[in-house]
Amino acid sequence: MKLTGSQIVIEVLAEHGVDTVFGYPGGAALNVYDELYKNKDRIRHVLTAHEQGAAHAADGYTRATGKTGVVFATSGPGATNLVTGIATAYMDSIPMVAITSNVPDHLIGRDAFQEVCITGITMSITKHNFFVNHVEDLADTLREAFKIAESGRKGPVLVDITKDASSDMTEYERKEPLPLKPLPKMEREDMAAMVRYINAAEKPVCYIGGGVVSSDACRELEELIEKADIPVVHTLMAAGVIGCDNPHDLGMVGMHGSVAANRAIDQADLVIALGARFSDRVALNPEKFARRAKIIQVDIDKSEINKNVEIDKCCVGDIKDFLTRILPYVEEKKRAEWNERVGGWKNKDRVYKDAHCKLHPAEVIHAICDMTDENTIYVTDVGQHQMWAAQFIKHHKAKKFLTSGGLGTMGYGYGAAIGAKIGCPEDRVIHITGDGSFHMNFNEGCTAVSEKLPIITVIMNNQVLGMVYQWQTLFYEKRYSSTTPERKTDYVKLAEGIGAKGFRAETPEEFKAAFEKALKEDGPVWIECIISREERVLPMIPSGKSVDDMITV
Amino acid sequence: MYIPLKKEIVSILVLNQANVLNRVVSMFGRRGFNIDSLTVSATNDPTLSRITIVFSATERSMQQIITQTEKLEVVKSIMIMNRENSLYRELLLLKVNADKEQRSEIKEITDIYRAKIVDLSKESLIIELTGTPEKLNGFMDVMADYDIAEVCRTGITGLETNTRQSE
Repeated sequence: MKLTGSQIVIEVLAEHGVDTVFGYPGGAALNVYDELYKNKDRIRHVLTAHEQGAAHAADGYTRATGKTGVVFATSGPGATNLVTGIATAYMDSIPMVAITSNVPDHLIGRDAFQEVCITGITMSITKHNFFVNHVEDLADTLREAFKIAESGRKGPVLVDITKDASSDMTEYERKEPLPLKPLPKMEREDMAAMVRYINAAEKPVCYIGGGVVSSDACRELEELIEKADIPVVHTLMAAGVIGCDNPHDLGMVGMHGSVAANRAIDQADLVIALGARFSDRVALNPEKFARRAKIIQVDIDKSEINKNVEIDKCCVGDIKDFLTRILPYVEEKKRAEWNERVGGWKNKDRVYKDAHCKLHPAEVIHAICDMTDENTIYVTDVGQHQMWAAQFIKHHKAKKFLTSGGLGTMGYGYGAAIGAKIGCPEDRVIHITGDGSFHMNFNEGCTAVSEKLPIITVIMNNQVLGMVYQWQTLFYEKRYSSTTPERKTDYVKLAEGIGAKGFRAETPEEFKAAFEKALKEDGPVWIECIISREERVLPMIPSGKSVDDMITV
Repeated sequence: MYIPLKKEIVSILVLNQANVLNRVVSMFGRRGFNIDSLTVSATNDPTLSRITIVFSATERSMQQIITQTEKLEVVKSIMIMNRENSLYRELLLLKVNADKEQRSEIKEITDIYRAKIVDLSKESLIIELTGTPEKLNGFMDVMADYDIAEVCRTGITGLETNTRQSE
């Protein structure tokens, strides 16, 4: 059957079970959008306010559902506006397919209107990208894009299609999605050696990252830690993998991690790294990180081995597969003394309330957790509120805490929350943000209104760019360079202005009342929470330092 | 702590497509490696090209750049080359200003190195020399006594050998 390039785009998306896409139209994308219009019943297109929001929405959709998100944009600025969203997905290994349109082939390289070389621009932030100027190549290229995005260590792939390739016709034949690339084979001897390390350890700690989520290995991990009685610390990306009710959960490790998690790593004789990459926000000082321990690592990406911290033994492969295969050989053991010791550090984390503060971020977040169920999806932006959210939310399940970890993208939250809500309409979605991050992309509130998405946005308003402000307080003698914007934004009015609802809370009681009302709304609601600018994110280990230098007060 | 840098040579088989060189080179660039020399050429398989890169690295950073480059979709295989497993060559063109008197001396050096004089004018001559980088370096050292006008080297190209090489 002969189809146009645009029809082929729709068909290949259908081959991969895509029923929802995010994007923004434009001149070069007209053909593709015409086909999206004709196929409304097969594919839902969510129009955002800005392409960046669409990219974050596709990312949030992927993180919440596990299905590869798809984002569309036109040439030139449409494509460049995706860049931050693609980079965010890349840094957190989130599969995503970005389909951009470009000017007709005869205008390529002539500085045509809205022409950019987006494959060049996104080369370093995609797993791979393609430029398609012949319609004959289109179907296979798109299939390959899905395959690459979902194989091995996942990540975003971009396909740039010229306008003429989207209108030209060629033969199309429906095919099944390509099989994913084979996973790296793990050697039996390596696995046996890892088991010996685990069985011999007296003070082991599991250090888990986003790879456990990607590999869908939460249950196997739980079995391991139960059987071998091993405490667990998680990175920002692995919040919820081990529920907070599990006695083995020590919380987050790293710069703003818990005392227990950081001390456990420091005192351990074995660190079992699973799908974690020893980033500079975790292994703040690579020389001192886990200094008393042997380190063993499982990762699907060979280049993560020995990248930041030297390890003693590794297996390159899928974590779920690894755990399933080693479990029978791991000795069932009680490590009571060690667990008691690390457990004792757990209550070292205290929330210090500033004297002149009426509403503390912890009170806000605890109230939210108390008033919602375990399936609630929390989406954050980046900054102090993000760390408070990571610390204070009662994480129960994986894929329920969506945040930009690697890139640290302020403005990630609203778009991602929209993607998550569209992907998981049954689940409650709470967007926790700060006044700084919120000002970057609150325009996506318009999208939430158009799509009638009951997303509750909780804005921690401290009138400053809090995280940078905190560093300036601690390390720059309170020279608050450009962190006190003096904005006069009226969030309640602004919400009303775009057709959403807004509330303001200055005390825990006011917040609970507002949140109670928000839960009953069927559209987006913003709740502004007035908090003190002097609140800090604690504990904190400064960059390059170790657990010995932890600031707790 | 001082970590010695070693000159490394890698041979990378890549898909013969547009932009492939860019992908490989930008990987070296953004991971902080300075490329000393680079050659790209066709192979007997029209779908593949070979990129040979010479750069400096520590042992650990070497492992990083290799595994990162391996991940590129366009890379088929990557091999670290060394004296034991490979044979390499480089071509040098050297233009030297020389009058009549100097010509015969230069001719003598050229013959010893089995180089060729490929262009001759009243003021200057151009010499072509193929060999290992060490041989080219040696030749350049000797020629340094003369008034060298311009030098151009192709960079290393190499192949894995089946027999142990001793050069």
